Amino acid sequence: MAIAQPPATPRFAGSIRLAARQFPRHRAAMVGLVCLVLLCLAAAFAPLIAPFDPVQIKLSAKLRPPSLEHLLGTDHFGRDVFSRLLYGGRTSLSVGLLVVAFAFVLGVPLGLASGYFGGRTDNLLMRLVDAFLTFPPLLLAVALVGLLGPDIQNVMLALGVVQAPVLARMVRGSTLAVREEVYVTAARALGAGPGRIVVSHLLRNVVSPIVVQLTVVFAAAVVAEASLSFLGFGTQPPQPSWGRDMSEARRFLGDAPWMFLGPTGAIMLCVLSINFLGDGLRDALDPRAWRTRRTVAAEER
Amino acid sequence: MPLLAVRNLRTRFATDRGTVRAVDGVSFDLAEGEVLGLVGESGSGKSVTALSIMRLVPEPPGRVTADSMSFDGTDLLRLTEAQAREVRGASMAMVFQDPMRSLNPVLSIGRQLVEVLQRHQKLGRQAARRRAIELLEMVGIPLADKRLAAYPHQFSGGMRQRVMIAIALSCNPRLLIADEATTALDVTIQAQIVDLVKRLTRERGTSVIWISHDLGVVANLCDRVNVMYAGRIVESAPIRDLFQRPSHGYTLGLLGSTPRIDGPALRRLSPIDGLPPNLIDPLPLCPFLPRCRVSVAACRERAPDRRDLGHEHWATCFAELGPRAP
Ligand SMILES: Nc1ncnc2c1ncn2[C@@H]1O[C@H](COP(=O)(O)OP(=O)(O)OP(=O)(O)O)[C@@H](O)[C@H]1O
Ligand code: SF4
Ligand SMILES: [Mg+2]
Repeated sequence: MAIAQPPATPRFAGSIRLAARQFPRHRAAMVGLVCLVLLCLAAAFAPLIAPFDPVQIKLSAKLRPPSLEHLLGTDHFGRDVFSRLLYGGRTSLSVGLLVVAFAFVLGVPLGLASGYFGGRTDNLLMRLVDAFLTFPPLLLAVALVGLLGPDIQNVMLALGVVQAPVLARMVRGSTLAVREEVYVTAARALGAGPGRIVVSHLLRNVVSPIVVQLTVVFAAAVVAEASLSFLGFGTQPPQPSWGRDMSEARRFLGDAPWMFLGPTGAIMLCVLSINFLGDGLRDALDPRAWRTRRTVAAEER
Repeated sequence: MPLLAVRNLRTRFATDRGTVRAVDGVSFDLAEGEVLGLVGESGSGKSVTALSIMRLVPEPPGRVTADSMSFDGTDLLRLTEAQAREVRGASMAMVFQDPMRSLNPVLSIGRQLVEVLQRHQKLGRQAARRRAIELLEMVGIPLADKRLAAYPHQFSGGMRQRVMIAIALSCNPRLLIADEATTALDVTIQAQIVDLVKRLTRERGTSVIWISHDLGVVANLCDRVNVMYAGRIVESAPIRDLFQRPSHGYTLGLLGSTPRIDGPALRRLSPIDGLPPNLIDPLPLCPFLPRCRVSVAACRERAPDRRDLGHEHWATCFAELGPRAP
């Protein structure tokens, strides 16, 4: 049977490069990526796109339903929901992405170290992590922001500090499981050092749960920012943020559902995009999930 | 001088229930090019012996001591972890039981081979790649150059074990330890892998420690065999001698229905009645006593010493068993 050979790919590419080639084949992930990029662009170019000033109050136009003039209607102060959404994305997206980055940079090395070294190091690190985890997350964030001062940078920092231990714990658990795999002992039996073991064997094999957890962290951060703003930390009114506008809109759910739909839809779109993106990333990094002609050919040979 | 000389190796593990004496005073020599079998029931300390030699026992909870453990003139127990890493994979290599799990699933076969070559032989990328293809061809993998880009899940168990052997032999080690390397494979594949190891190690004069449950494989492959029980070597003999004159109560039970090395009978270890030995509080007597069917009065009074039976055959047993009936 003639199986079309894949186009002349270099026969021995690094697995990261192969993964990069896999990623675009994952449709949902590409959709997620495109949506996320569009959302970021819309937020970045908000001043150019937004038809209205997001904070300009115009009581005569309050609680208007969607129309050609106000695409997503207006809120209880007569502000344009669509324009607020564009500007709010600046806050919410940067909070979400930076908290994800922060949780990753802090949580992943912590969890890996804990799981890899085990013993006393593990004990010490996990006790620290548990200390953070005993507080209700929002309370801890409030306390931290209170300590650092209520501005948006500190909100991001505080949310990162709240999320990192969750990630660390999860990475530790997965690392402990992977550490017992025969291939890790086999790699050590071939002279692999700790750096190699941690990066090529442990990290590469705990990527999927990390990716999944990070999408959760993103959603949690966007919502937490809203709560903090609501409590008077973080975004100060009248500055827009998705989370803040969403909680504000709840009061008008009966009269002006559009006020609620705008920010909620934006958050949901964002979380879904990141979820798809995460799925694609996870599959791209796991050769067992690859379905290519090359794979099929190798199996049939 | 032997390639590997182990004297009084003891490996213990601290557990909640007490200290487990997984290896309890093991001594043996391995000559250059010799193929040594290590047999014994589950839990007798075969793997821990191998891991101790490779310096791969996790410490803690483990603790490895020995009067000496010299490999090619260096005392393995004195090596720092960094020095041990240079030895592992380069002059000493190990193949594990489970070929389905001993390759990293997210790295390509080529990457895993090249990594070892680059680490120990300082080869460039292209040279390492060429060498990797040669190695895969050497272990009988067709279309080797295409297979470099394949991933472990695309290979069958037998193929993966071939890859593991290629990786293990990639830097021409002087010692290869195979821990139940064929146990997980079906019989025909098993025979192919055994032949492969036999051929490759003979060609290169590699010494081999072959750990197995399968006396048939050991008889086919090994020059001599050490029988382990409760963390100790209880009998050591050239392979023929062991079958002709098993001289320890445990070996006798082990051979079970196996009448002769050249006979057609089953050569699997037959399970022996009774509980496995207690490794935490061992008896100050022969550890096999509670299960032994040939014990004599002396067995209940003191521990047996090593008894020399000539022809490089010894056993720690009081019973005078004599040659087996043909
Ligand atoms: N990390 C560890 N911690 C505690 N005990 C251990 C550890 N590793 C091994 N042991 C104990 O050491 C003893 C010897 O185990 P070992 O794996 O060497 O047996 P084996 O002869 O290889 O058996 P098998 O044929 O099942 O592979 C067992 O009782 C085991 O429980
Ligand atoms: S020493 Fe005694 S108890 Fe131990 S194997 Fe020999 S005969 Fe049996
Ligand atoms: Mg074992």
